[in-house]
Amino acid sequence: MTELRARDLSLGYGDRQVVTGLNLTIPEGAFTAVVGPNACGKSTLLRALVRLLRPRGGVVELDGRDLQRLRSRHVARELGFLPQGVEAPEGIRVAQLVRRGRYAHQSVLGTWGPGDERAVVGAMAAAGVTDLAERGVEHLSGGQRQRVWIAMVLAQETPYLLLDEPTTFLDIAHQYELLRLLARLRDEGRTVVAVLHDLNQATRFADHVVAMRDGRVVATGAPADVVTATLVEEVFGLPCLVVPDPVAGSPMVVPLD
Amino acid sequence: MSAVGVPVGRGAHVRIERRTLVASLLLVATAAAAGFTGLCLGDGWSSPRDVAAALAGGGPIDFVVTRWRLPRVVGGLAFGAALGLAGAVFQNLTRNPLGSPDVIGLDAGAYTGTLLVLTVGTGTATGVAAGSVAAGLATAALIYVLSLRSGFSGLRLVVVGIGVNAVLTGVNSWIVLRADLDVAIAATAWSAGSLNGLGWEDLGLPLTVVGALAVLLALASHPMHQLALGDEVARTSGVALAGLRLLLVVVGVGLTATVTAVAGPIVFIALVAPQVGRRLVRATGVPLLPAALVGATLLTGSDVVAQALLAPVVLPVGVVTTAVGGAYLMWLLAREVKR
Repeated sequence: MTELRARDLSLGYGDRQVVTGLNLTIPEGAFTAVVGPNACGKSTLLRALVRLLRPRGGVVELDGRDLQRLRSRHVARELGFLPQGVEAPEGIRVAQLVRRGRYAHQSVLGTWGPGDERAVVGAMAAAGVTDLAERGVEHLSGGQRQRVWIAMVLAQETPYLLLDEPTTFLDIAHQYELLRLLARLRDEGRTVVAVLHDLNQATRFADHVVAMRDGRVVATGAPADVVTATLVEEVFGLPCLVVPDPVAGSPMVVPLD
Repeated sequence: MSAVGVPVGRGAHVRIERRTLVASLLLVATAAAAGFTGLCLGDGWSSPRDVAAALAGGGPIDFVVTRWRLPRVVGGLAFGAALGLAGAVFQNLTRNPLGSPDVIGLDAGAYTGTLLVLTVGTGTATGVAAGSVAAGLATAALIYVLSLRSGFSGLRLVVVGIGVNAVLTGVNSWIVLRADLDVAIAATAWSAGSLNGLGWEDLGLPLTVVGALAVLLALASHPMHQLALGDEVARTSGVALAGLRLLLVVVGVGLTATVTAVAGPIVFIALVAPQVGRRLVRATGVPLLPAALVGATLLTGSDVVAQALLAPVVLPVGVVTTAVGGAYLMWLLAREVKR
């Protein structure tokens, strides 16, 4: 059993402190949405959870071991991450990009085995990009490109999948398509953590919501417990009504003004 | 699927794109042809048949070919390959076609080291090589520190490197001006980069170093290409970035400085060869093998031109590479500015 948790975590860049004394456990096998206003430290937290950022204080633990002390390959076999605004190398084709996800499983010479091929075929099927395999990534639409990157991270075969604002720059249909994909991956047993901007999408698709403000976790729990009119006003400063989503029944935020 | 698998046991294989394989074989042939042309050329033109006979260990011009011309050709091929590799390393590191050691001042820095050892020190081959490598590494560290501002940026490193290159070129001129006459004459003849007078006795050390660094680089090639995904994805997909970057810088500087210590700062091979190779194999990122093969072909071919152009005057090969590469650099700069 694996566990990802942050203990008394403090994060920052240069002389700017972003996150202070944060404690968090990511529930295993669930879809966690991290929400909060701009610049509240969501992305910074995610970067620390995948070891892109070294904590100033506190610790991120994977299975009770300090993430900083693990080997890069070990971390990459446990935690898959899709940052914001990734750019594919010039001229790369879809299948070539997805294969890059196998890095942590390959030998130093980059040998390729049947297990690698299986993982890539499976990842492309799961992300719905099998038909695009030989297309150039730069010629794809934004939605297709995002699915290709997710396929690359899926090929990494990690129990954890962390995504920083994966729906940004997608039109609404593609946003929902992507969220359904993430929910399906959760159903297949992965732990999914995504920074999401749209509260209604977060409550509809996630099992667990982490609400942040000013570098602190304000509330965590099931969407129905966390996303209330009081909390939305406290976190975002937006007076609103929270009613059940007429389709999914999840909490839906309706601004008052 | 346009890839072939080279089996390495237990059902695993190394994937190679078919186009890379074909282009590489063609490039090997081109490099060999350039080398053979170089062997035919000396004080006049020898017949290919005599040269082939000499290579087989006989014929009328055996001595001339194997003692005089062969080391120059072997050096040209090996140094060209080394420069091509060094260029590919830095272009991958900076993710920028301008990020080549000759543009960012590493050649100039290594040459500063060479000049210092020649003017101040003893001037043994090993001493010159060591001075060249040490100064090259110091230059790399200087550029890195100057360009470091809240993280690593390839473009910033290139811009800072161009400035450092200008400063060091000035420093090099100043050292030559202050040096003893004989050293200054030698240094000036050398300052464009030249294979003139290269003999077997000059090649032992550099060939060993270049060979060892090339093997090291081949082992680091797979991680290096993962860098094309960007720092973040490279790291979260399993690359130990800090260590890899240090290794690549040391190897890239080592290759550049080794060549500079023997042949002077031959510029533009490192800039041009990796991009030509990349376009020939239509690769993503900057592949190593095509860069090495194009580099070998370019330097050997340029040396043939340098010998033939104003014969019997033999030009330094750097004059030819500068002329060819300068045009390419202008085109590249214009294109980068437009983006």
